[in-house]
Amino acid sequence: MKNRRRPQNALQRPMVRWSWFFLLPMVSAFAIGFVWPFLQGIYLSFCDFRLISDAKWVGLKNYISVFQDTNFMRSFGYTAVFAVVSLVIINVLAFMVAYVLTREIKGSNIFRTVFFMPNLIGGIVLGYIWSMIFDGILSQLDTSILQESTWGFWGLIILLCWQQIGYMMIIYIAGLQSVPGDMLEAARIDGASGAQTLFRVIIPNVMPSITICTFLSLTNGFKLFDQNLALTGGQPFIIQPDGSAIKTTEMLALNIYSTFYGQGSAAPGYAQAKAVIFFILVAALGLLQMSFTRKREVQQ
Amino acid sequence: MANKKLSVNNSRGKNILTAIMSVISIIYILPVVAVVINSFKANTFVKTDTFALPSSESFVGFANFIKGMTFGNYPFAKSVLYSVVITVLSTFLILLFTSMAAWYITRRDTIVCRAIYFLCVFSMVVPFQMVMYPLSKTADRLGLNTPWTIPVIYLGFGAGLAVFMFSGFVKSIPLEIEEAAAIDGCNPPYTFFAVVLPMMKPTLISVGILEIMWVWNDYLLPYLSLDINEYKTIPIHIQYLKGSYGTVDLGATMALILLSIIPVVIFYLLCQKHIIKGVAAGAVKG
Repeated sequence: MKNRRRPQNALQRPMVRWSWFFLLPMVSAFAIGFVWPFLQGIYLSFCDFRLISDAKWVGLKNYISVFQDTNFMRSFGYTAVFAVVSLVIINVLAFMVAYVLTREIKGSNIFRTVFFMPNLIGGIVLGYIWSMIFDGILSQLDTSILQESTWGFWGLIILLCWQQIGYMMIIYIAGLQSVPGDMLEAARIDGASGAQTLFRVIIPNVMPSITICTFLSLTNGFKLFDQNLALTGGQPFIIQPDGSAIKTTEMLALNIYSTFYGQGSAAPGYAQAKAVIFFILVAALGLLQMSFTRKREVQQ
Repeated sequence: MANKKLSVNNSRGKNILTAIMSVISIIYILPVVAVVINSFKANTFVKTDTFALPSSESFVGFANFIKGMTFGNYPFAKSVLYSVVITVLSTFLILLFTSMAAWYITRRDTIVCRAIYFLCVFSMVVPFQMVMYPLSKTADRLGLNTPWTIPVIYLGFGAGLAVFMFSGFVKSIPLEIEEAAAIDGCNPPYTFFAVVLPMMKPTLISVGILEIMWVWNDYLLPYLSLDINEYKTIPIHIQYLKGSYGTVDLGATMALILLSIIPVVIFYLLCQKHIIKGVAAGAVKG
């Protein structure tokens, strides 16, 4: 970084004339696909409207209603618990698998291939594969994943583990392979036990991978949508005396989606305020991750 | 059990590990096996005998596949076609235009270029729910709601990660090569396409894989942007089948799920090395 030089004139001067050629396609698409909707989204979260064209500024009204919305708060808590539980399970299992596969055992390439495979299947399809499987099991017990929220919670955890253990495993394998061989050698000569080597030598050396995977699974948990929609869609619902429904397995992203597009919802400004809060939450996690990984930047 | 695993040094211990991992691997592919066997069963047996192999009673041959093709009043082949069109076009646009832009902003390094780069990195932490409502309205108004035009939206929303990865690579290649080309009289487009782009090949593959996996499996963006009655993609098609309560044919749904997994698995087995490398390189994205 320190000795970064200014590009010299032979390259710089003609580039100025070609700026439109290099930048225009990407920048205009970026403006349409991200910058404009983002700014409009922030603006609309302060408005009351049915059609964007007659949006009326109402200040913080939408935000105040969001914080009074018990369903949103419940779904926030549910999402947080879900994200943390899935984070712990996925990372522990992925680390164990990666650890075993870096022991030079026979067939480790095949195992790696198998564990990573579910990662390529899309969330909607995953949801329906597992809903068939859970229904097959639970029908023996005369229940279904749509009838008990406990099944819905653990079902989604199992689904997410199946999908993401392989992904995290890949990152852990890369980390484990970068542990210096002479350190392991030294630990062995000094007579360290397997557990001592693991906790005193290996884990400190793979901390960068652990940081990346922890944050990845945390943000993945918070942003989960497709799998949630396809597996339970928020069911089972508990109907309240006032006619509203508590969607017991509805996570944040799905809650925002149904506020926008669900039946009888006609307050996109209010939904957009939820989306902005959701964005701040996810972005904070992302920025925290970036500051962590920058500090510990090792590979890449 | 954990202790045992950690202290393995001999080959017998390794063989035990191989055996344990083999069992786990087999359990791991069972969900896919379940899809395969159920795609050959009649609808009523999928729910009652999910884990049994098709028997003479439940086996229906390829009937589910034939039925699935036209199931839900929309030909599955059309959904496959649109998924392919959208994925190929979007990936191509993203690779071409973001690599150009990333090279330019990294080499010029002016305030405007830095601002663009900053916005791109920023866009990586913005969840889709934040922009989906205004974005789908904009897409409608600008006519970006067909499989041939929606790639523009993918280019816009997917630019962040791609610019980030390309520009990381550009920073690592020495300037001298491009200077030499410029001094020899190449104009910037020629320098880029003849000198820089070929050097970018590994990153092009990584980014390409990430974009293909994203676009192919994406559900919400096309669902909200496309004119749904006219155009469906595979995830939208499958979601629609299950959405029609009461009339769901589980056997046919499983047949379609199997058909949609097969190309993914083939693609994976063919380019496994690149896929794993690309995914690991993209891990920085939140």
